[in-house]
Parts: sequence; C-alpha cells; structure tokens
Amino acid sequence: MSSKPKIGVYICHCGINIAKTVDVEELTKYAVKLPNVRVASDYSYMCSEPGQLMIREDIRKNGLNRVVVASCSPRMHELTFRKALVEAGLNPYYLEIANIREHCSWVHKDKQEATAKAKKLLQAAVAKVRFLEPLQEKEVDVGAAALVIGGGIAGIQASLDIANAGFKIYLVEKTPSIGGRMSQLDKTFPTLDCSACILTPKMVDAASHPNITLLTYSQVESITGYVGNFQVKVRKKARYVDFNKCTGCGLCAEECLLADRVKSEFNMGIGNRSAIYLPFPQAVPAKYSIDPHSCLFLTRGKCGKAPKCVEACPAGAVDFEQKDEIVEFKTGTVIVATGFDVFDAARKPEYGYSDYDNVLTGLEMERLISSSGPTGGKLVLGKGDGEYVPKEIAFIKCVGSRDKSTGNEYCSRVCCMYTAKLAHLVKDKLPEANVRIYYMDVRAFGKGFEEFYDRVRREGVRYIRGNPSEIFKRNGKLVIMVEDTLTGKPLEDEVDMVVLGVGLEPRRDAREVIDLLRLSQSSDRFFLEAHPKLAPVDTAIEGVYLAGCAQGPKDIPDTVAQAKGAASSALVLLSSGKVKVQAQISWVNEPNCRGCGYCVEICPYTAIELVLVNLMGHQVNVARVNGVLCKGCGACVAGCLSGSVQQKSFMDSQILPQIAALGGKL
Amino acid sequence: MSENFEPNVVAFLCNWCSYAGADLAGTSRIEYPSNLNVIRVMCSGRVNPMFVVNALQQGADGVLVSGCHPGDCHYMEGNFLARRRVALMRELLNFVGVDERRFNMSWVSASEGAKWRDVVKGVVDNLHEVGAFTEFPRKKIDW
Repeated sequence: MSSKPKIGVYICHCGINIAKTVDVEELTKYAVKLPNVRVASDYSYMCSEPGQLMIREDIRKNGLNRVVVASCSPRMHELTFRKALVEAGLNPYYLEIANIREHCSWVHKDKQEATAKAKKLLQAAVAKVRFLEPLQEKEVDVGAAALVIGGGIAGIQASLDIANAGFKIYLVEKTPSIGGRMSQLDKTFPTLDCSACILTPKMVDAASHPNITLLTYSQVESITGYVGNFQVKVRKKARYVDFNKCTGCGLCAEECLLADRVKSEFNMGIGNRSAIYLPFPQAVPAKYSIDPHSCLFLTRGKCGKAPKCVEACPAGAVDFEQKDEIVEFKTGTVIVATGFDVFDAARKPEYGYSDYDNVLTGLEMERLISSSGPTGGKLVLGKGDGEYVPKEIAFIKCVGSRDKSTGNEYCSRVCCMYTAKLAHLVKDKLPEANVRIYYMDVRAFGKGFEEFYDRVRREGVRYIRGNPSEIFKRNGKLVIMVEDTLTGKPLEDEVDMVVLGVGLEPRRDAREVIDLLRLSQSSDRFFLEAHPKLAPVDTAIEGVYLAGCAQGPKDIPDTVAQAKGAASSALVLLSSGKVKVQAQISWVNEPNCRGCGYCVEICPYTAIELVLVNLMGHQVNVARVNGVLCKGCGACVAGCLSGSVQQKSFMDSQILPQIAALGGKL
Repeated sequence: MSENFEPNVVAFLCNWCSYAGADLAGTSRIEYPSNLNVIRVMCSGRVNPMFVVNALQQGADGVLVSGCHPGDCHYMEGNFLARRRVALMRELLNFVGVDERRFNMSWVSASEGAKWRDVVKGVVDNLHEVGAFTEFPRKKIDW
C-alpha cells in the first residue's frame, strides 16, 4: 500500500430519496468511528456542484487519499465522483461507492432496518477502499486503416464511406469479383430497379477509389492483435492470369476447350462458363482468372497440344506458373460483411428440388429471368428441342425459414417480397401465365412493401394460404399436394414449374471467419452483435463491426443502412486516432505463477498467454496479460489455482474485507 | 431455531445484468427483505468459490451469486464458468454437511427488477427454514 489510508466518507440525502428511510445523521456518526476514516459529512445532493466541492476541499485540506460516497448506484454517478477526485489531484480509482439508494432506501420501508443495512453497506465500502490501488487509464493508437471482409453491397458501402472520410481500406473478397449476392439479382423489390444498374457504379467507385485497396480472389488467413492494431495476413490466390496484362477482352474464354462446359457459380449452375472466365459481364475488376478445379492443364497437366488460352491471349497474360501471394498489412478496425448463403433446397426432399429440373430456387429464378442470365432473360425451361415456356407457375414461400425441421426458426425477411417481385416479373414476361404463391403469412413490413404486394395481386397473382406437403411428377406435370388452410380443402395443383422461396442462412464457411476473430454466433447461427438493440453493429470484440446479412437476414436498404452504421462506428475510432483501454484489468504476480495455463484457457478474449521468463536462473513459463485485449471480467482470477492472477480494483485482498464487513454477525 | 432468526446473506452480483436488475428494483420501488447485502463484481465469473466459504466463516448464513442469463454474458461466457463453479461448490458443501440451500445462483437480467425481488425472497425464505449457520467454526478476520 502506498500510504496510510485517510478516508473521507460522504453521505448523500438525495433530497429525501435516501434521507426519508435512512437516518443519515446516525449513518454519519457511525461512519466517523470506522477505521481510517478522517472525515464524514452528509449533504442533500452529493452529486451537485457544492457537494463535489465539499469532497474536493476535504481532499486538499485534510489530505484525504481515499473517498467513499454513500449515495445512488455506482452505475449512476461513479464517473461523476471519479472526476471530482481527479480535479482534487487524487487518482480516480481511490473511490468506492456504497449504494444506499437503489439497494436500500428505495426497496425497504422500515427506517431502522434500512439504516442498519446502510451501515453495513457503508462499512463494506470503507473496508474495500482502504485496499484500493491507483490505476492508470491507458490509451492506444488506432491505425488509420480498416479491413473490410466481404465485397458484397455491405462491404462496398462500408468501404466507400470510410474511404471517403480519408482513411485507407483493404477490401478483401473471396471470389474473383466484388458485387456479391446483389449482383446476381435481376430487379430489386419494391421499386423494380435493375439491381446491376444501381450496384455497378458503386463497384466501379470502390475499385477506382484512391483509398481502397481491392484484394479480390483473396482470403484472410489470420488476424492478430487488438483494437487499433490488427495485423492482417491475406492470401491472394493465383489467378493464373497476369492481373496487369489482362485487358478483359475475353478471347481466351472463347477458345477454352471447356467453353460453356463448366457450371457457372454466378448463374447458380443453370448456365455454363469456361475454365478461364469472368464471373459475370460487369465483374469488377474486369480481369479473367482460371478455375484451378476445372482447367484441364491445371488438373491433368495437359490441355490439347498446348493450352489454347495462352495462344488466344493477345496480351500474353496467361501464366500457369503463377503462385499464391501473401499480403500483410496493419489496420485499426475490422468490418465483417461476409453475407449469406441461400438455403439448400435439397434439405427439403419432399419438394423434389434434387429430382426435377423444373423445381428452381428463388436465386436460380433470378438468374433465369435476368436479361444478363443464361437465357438472355427468356423465361424458358428445358434445353434444345425440349425447350418449353411454362404456363402454370407456382411459388412456395418459407422454404427453409420458420421451419424447425430444418433448424431455421427465424424469418428470412426477404422471401415474401422477392417471391412477389419474381411473380410480378413472370406476369410481365408471360402475361398469359397463371401464377400462384403458396404462403404461411405475408409479411410486407417495409416501406412500399404492402403497396407492392397489393399491386402484384391486382396483376392476377393468386395467393393461396397453405404449406405444400409434397411435390411429385404425374404425366409430365408437377403435382403440388397442399391444403388450402383458409377453406380447409385439400388441393392437387398441376403446374409446369415450381419456384422455392428459399430463405437465407449463415454462410457455410462462416466457421473460418469465427476462427479468425473469435466471433460469437446467436442461436440462429448468424454472427452475434454486442447488443441486439443498442449495439447492433458492434461485436464483443472491440474494433470489430458487423454489416449486412452476416449478422442476420436483411434486405438491401437495411444492409446498406447497417453498413453505413458499421462504417460510422469504425470512423469514430479511426478519426479520434486513440482508444481508451480498461484500467480495471487482470495482471499476474509472476513470481507466484506456476505456468499451468489454466487462465489462458479460461480467457474468452485470448488476452493471456504463457511466456518464458528467467526466474532466479530458471527458464519458466508464466502467464502474462495483454492489457489491451483484457476486458476486465475477472474470470481468470477466480480460476487461478495459486491466486497469482488478480483483477485490479477487484482483487481478492479487496473483496475479502468487503465480505468480512458484510458477514459481520458473529 | 429461535422465532425471530433473521438470516444474513452475502450476494455477488455481476455489474451488467444482476446489479443493474437490482438497481431497477430500486428505481421501480419494489420492496424486498433487507437481509441481503450486495458485493458488485464485473462478472459472475469473478466469484471465487473461496469467497463462499469465506462468507460463511465470517458470519453469513447464505450466499447468492447472480449473473446474466445464459448466453447473455457481457463477457461472453463468464456466467457459464460461474455456473460450473457453483455446481461443484454446492456438491462439495453438501459433502461436508452444509445444506446446499445456503448457496444459490440465479440469472437476473437488467430488466428483471421484479425477478430480483423474487430471488431475494426465495433465498431468505429458504434460509429461514435452514436456520443459522453453525457448521463451521466462525472467526472474524480483520483484513
């Protein structure tokens, strides 16, 4: 202990809030008699300026070095009184608050009982304050850059906002082009904007922005460090095409032996591409890459006499010798915008998605109906001579959403509207077609949604309430077995085509991101935000923010809004350039530590590591706390077998006197 | 057991949920027995099982640990650690002949002022039945 404690005790009346049920005069008299107490005073409002002045003057006049305030909850005014201590030149952590309002005067009626309890609480606070130690609040610098993982609309928007504010952005995208799911959509509900037309300009902006480093076809390998100071390692996968030489002319793809024979991921497998490819015409960057899983030369070492793409390329860009590249950089913050996967309809085998070509998912329908899609926007099924135009078309909603049997209890929030939009697009292209939508509920909750739903019904789309039980083929037609739950009648509906309104799911590779950052998942397996209402873009890890569907299903406006929110949170750190770190953190008394590593396992923030030190001529392992990563929960302290880990302001030696004071009845 | 026995309870509340829940009980003027006194810790995971024995030795008749609901821990998983420690500690206390009702754990969120009253009442009522703690030699330690 630094010096002999000289404690000042200040008892607040809080008007009559405390004084009515607690005898403050008696409490004050009691306080003076407690060990090490020099001064005890009471006042009507301790938190007021005269109240604080009283504390400050006493500290100066009487040389107080510890302060106890008996008042409202520390959650209310702890900071206020800490400031008063600082103004009087005392370390702010020499303060303890006895909560005699919320925990005493407001919950007890009997004045004698309440006064007795207030005495105990005060005694405990005095017992603890004697052993408090001064703490320093540290600040760390925030690196003036941000990492954005995921190049969909969320990642693009967040990147643009931060880059426009003047900070450097590393935008990492796993696939060869940014654009994400939004680039696959045909039109957006409810305004029917062409999705690509509103997205492409933003993609180009992101690619050409001087502050944005675009790392496409790249994956984050590791992130270490802490808020303000993340070290990031990114693997740039080999494209086998020289990025600088490629002009995006596409001659290579035309000549590829596998031209039109590899399933296109962008077209959800209903269209084909070649092994050397551009994912889609508006791809950014407009650079070709070779798919190492299908390219004949890369998989078998042989492609005809010589790979035709090499000959075809006028720029000589094809380079089979290219290797993966590792890029390393530092950032201050991280935004996770990794998006979603659509529900795998094969997991509902009763709908025959795996068996019948004319059962499609909503996202496949987007590609089929899109003018940049494999059919050029013609709504036709079958291939070659078997090509036909469907006349009877059914949509089924809530496939893989609100369905416990698939493990997805949540509503995916977009399916109601995207089925309505697709139904509208079908009626637009095939006015003669009969379109019906099987639904559980219609949730048209957003701006303009209900109006759009009305419009679609006016256009002749029928809504039938019922959840189909089975789809099978009979006489070349699909038969939907369903009960119309409004009339109670079972139906057998013969159709040419079924579109499944599949829901949104966490990405199947979400685990990789979780392992990178130690993110948590909520019960729906999407990434968990720090608080569902008040911190929806923050995570439990300081400096790491969420944007878009990685956090939960969302439509485009919500995604953009959240991306802007995440960008603004990141900018708060970036623009201040500094971040305060917790002072009440854990520390290790190294000579006592036995190096078992139990605390390392307990810590949810990886703030503790074992380090080799020289203790009296021996190399031994001891635990060491990273003061920036530590959040000050104290879980390691309770777990330490030798008592060598302690939490500042909550040390065993500070809590035990409190217990002794409260035990008190011997 | 004497008629007018009033148990003495020491409670460890996490700062983010239970302490705030108890604050809310106050703000909502929800009345409850005055037998229980609170020690604030940042997380229920900070509560060392040693504190429990210590409290019983120093005059408490019962101990309560209260944290955030499972899955809601401000520090991700501290309340799970607390739950495991409490479960083990209760068995140990039982083994040495201490009624396990002396050591309780509850989940009270920041919005559950009324639940906090119910928890306090429950603990105090139980202790009225169990009676004063006499199993350990008691010694006041002046820290």
